[in-house]
Amino acid sequence: MIETLHTQSLTIGNRTFASRLLLGTGKFASNEVMRSAVIASGTGLVTVALKRVSLKGDKDPFADILDFLQIENCLILPNTAGAFNAEEAVRIARLAVKAGLPQWVKLEIHPDPNYLLPDPIETLKAAEILVKEGFTVLPYINADPVLAMRLQDVGCAAVMPLGSPIGSNRGLDTRAMIEIIIEQARVPVIVDAGIGVPSHAAAALEMGASAVLVNTAIAIARDPVITARAFAWAVQAGRVAFESGSTRGATERNHSLKASPTSPLTAFLNA
Amino acid sequence: MINRRQERGDAFSGVYKQLPIGALTHYAHRAEIKDAERVLDNGRARTLEDFASLLSPSIAPHLETMAAHSQAITQRHFGKTIRLFAPIYLSNECVNICKYCGFSKNNSIPRITISEEQAQNEIQKLARQGFRSLLIVAGEHPKYVSNGYVSTVIKNALQVMPHIGIELGPMDTEDYLPIVTAGCEGLIAYQETYYQPTYEYLHVSGPKKLFHWRLDTVERGYLAGFRRLGIGALFGLHDWRYEVISVAAHALHLLKNCWKAQLTISLPRMRPAAGGFQPDPSFAMSDRELVQTICAFRLLLPTVGLVLSTRESPALRNGLIQLGITTMSAGACTEPGGYSHFDESQWTPTQEQPGEQFHIADERSPTEIATIIRKCGYEAVWKDFDPSFVLSA
Repeated sequence: MIETLHTQSLTIGNRTFASRLLLGTGKFASNEVMRSAVIASGTGLVTVALKRVSLKGDKDPFADILDFLQIENCLILPNTAGAFNAEEAVRIARLAVKAGLPQWVKLEIHPDPNYLLPDPIETLKAAEILVKEGFTVLPYINADPVLAMRLQDVGCAAVMPLGSPIGSNRGLDTRAMIEIIIEQARVPVIVDAGIGVPSHAAAALEMGASAVLVNTAIAIARDPVITARAFAWAVQAGRVAFESGSTRGATERNHSLKASPTSPLTAFLNA
Repeated sequence: MINRRQERGDAFSGVYKQLPIGALTHYAHRAEIKDAERVLDNGRARTLEDFASLLSPSIAPHLETMAAHSQAITQRHFGKTIRLFAPIYLSNECVNICKYCGFSKNNSIPRITISEEQAQNEIQKLARQGFRSLLIVAGEHPKYVSNGYVSTVIKNALQVMPHIGIELGPMDTEDYLPIVTAGCEGLIAYQETYYQPTYEYLHVSGPKKLFHWRLDTVERGYLAGFRRLGIGALFGLHDWRYEVISVAAHALHLLKNCWKAQLTISLPRMRPAAGGFQPDPSFAMSDRELVQTICAFRLLLPTVGLVLSTRESPALRNGLIQLGITTMSAGACTEPGGYSHFDESQWTPTQEQPGEQFHIADERSPTEIATIIRKCGYEAVWKDFDPSFVLSA
């Protein structure tokens, strides 16, 4: 077992998390496997699709995913996947609170069921309403820096730009935009979607992302438990590298800002 | 709106006329192994021509490779999960005469339309088996919709069934509106056969004769607000390669024009039914060809749901769980009122079902199916939608 490296904790809203790895709970071969992977990952925040949960407040043995997520120090982050627009997302988020879930929401509004890409207009609209109602709102967005700023302006607790389309395992295709989002962010930036292998997660943390959310890559891995651990280590490694400054200057943008020509243009000042 | 689109030729019925389905079918029969290998090397079929090459008999040596691609693509998009649903047949009364269908008007079977109360009792029975997703099926008859019967069944069903779809005779957008408003989310309309001469030969009389009207059904439904659309052909009525290519073309059209809908394709093969229709054996799709079809669909349409019914045998269904199927029915009864005579502990019929549409091949109970899914390393998903998305309390 590799020792746990000390890194700064992550604060979202009024909660502090030791781990910078968040997990999604869909796509697993069974709820038992999902639970084991969640525990192995050491995460303190897992997201659950409300469409999979019974919202009537009763126990439903055929929609019992929450029963497998009673894990110490692990907060459930309900998500609104399935909502087409702000009205639907707001309605289901309110119902989740009534059903006893935390007043936290991962806002997911994707009218396109094929690539599950988020609708920026409806997301902003819903975020505004839910923040006013006291929710801790974490919106899933395309890697759009202006939208990220708008969502921070209305009071979102974090922003969750996608690295690449959900389930694609393509990694940080949107790297250039995520770099800008991180540079401008006043709240945690959590890279969500597209993280396919641990090195993608490490790269996101090295860039300065506050955390990553991983689902498909762990859920459909041959061994989800060991894969969850691999991601946990990668996230730690990436964060340690970021905090120690060992990645500074490594990105293309930093190169362009910091590189010095061999014949400095300002040499004449020293003449 | 749809009428204007039809005039402009934008609805699928207009587009379909322009498509070289015959030539693509010819190519699907003749494509060489190197054509298919090129597509497999890319890991994706990008065009209908790519797709047609994957349907070629020459690809047989690569079926295992196709299956591996199909499994990987399906798991990325849908995870290791299979969604389960149950059909409920409300009525076998039908105004159409169709040569292959057990409900055909000229068949002498007992005609039944169950009451709203009986429907709700059966739906509750299905819910106790675990189902949270329901497909409402009936023959084509104006009386189901004109008096709000279907809407009432839907409203009652929502108490225990978070997701409801319908498979009824095609309607106009206006007639779909109250059904959507009642809380129904899915619409399924199979074309049966996309080959128009055969379509017109098999549909002897009744409104179902209208080939193009049926072809645009799901687009009319989309305009009314359905969020899940299902299409398919009944394999066995015409050259299956022609049908499969047509379904793929239809799906590509819908992905662009009904972009907010989750699309599913069903893959029903002909089963024995009242009326004794004997399909041309040369049109039959073998088990290997069904697998080839599923894998080819996956390579062209990675995000589209693929549905398998209880028409198929237990052994085949077990094998297909891991190959690209995303949705299955289980413990189904195709006779209106049939579930009323099911023993709940064993989930077996306690009497004959002379009014059934066709006889199913997989008679295992929902619990048994869920167990098999789990044994295959997949999670049986019962609930995958919540009506609170669309309905105010």
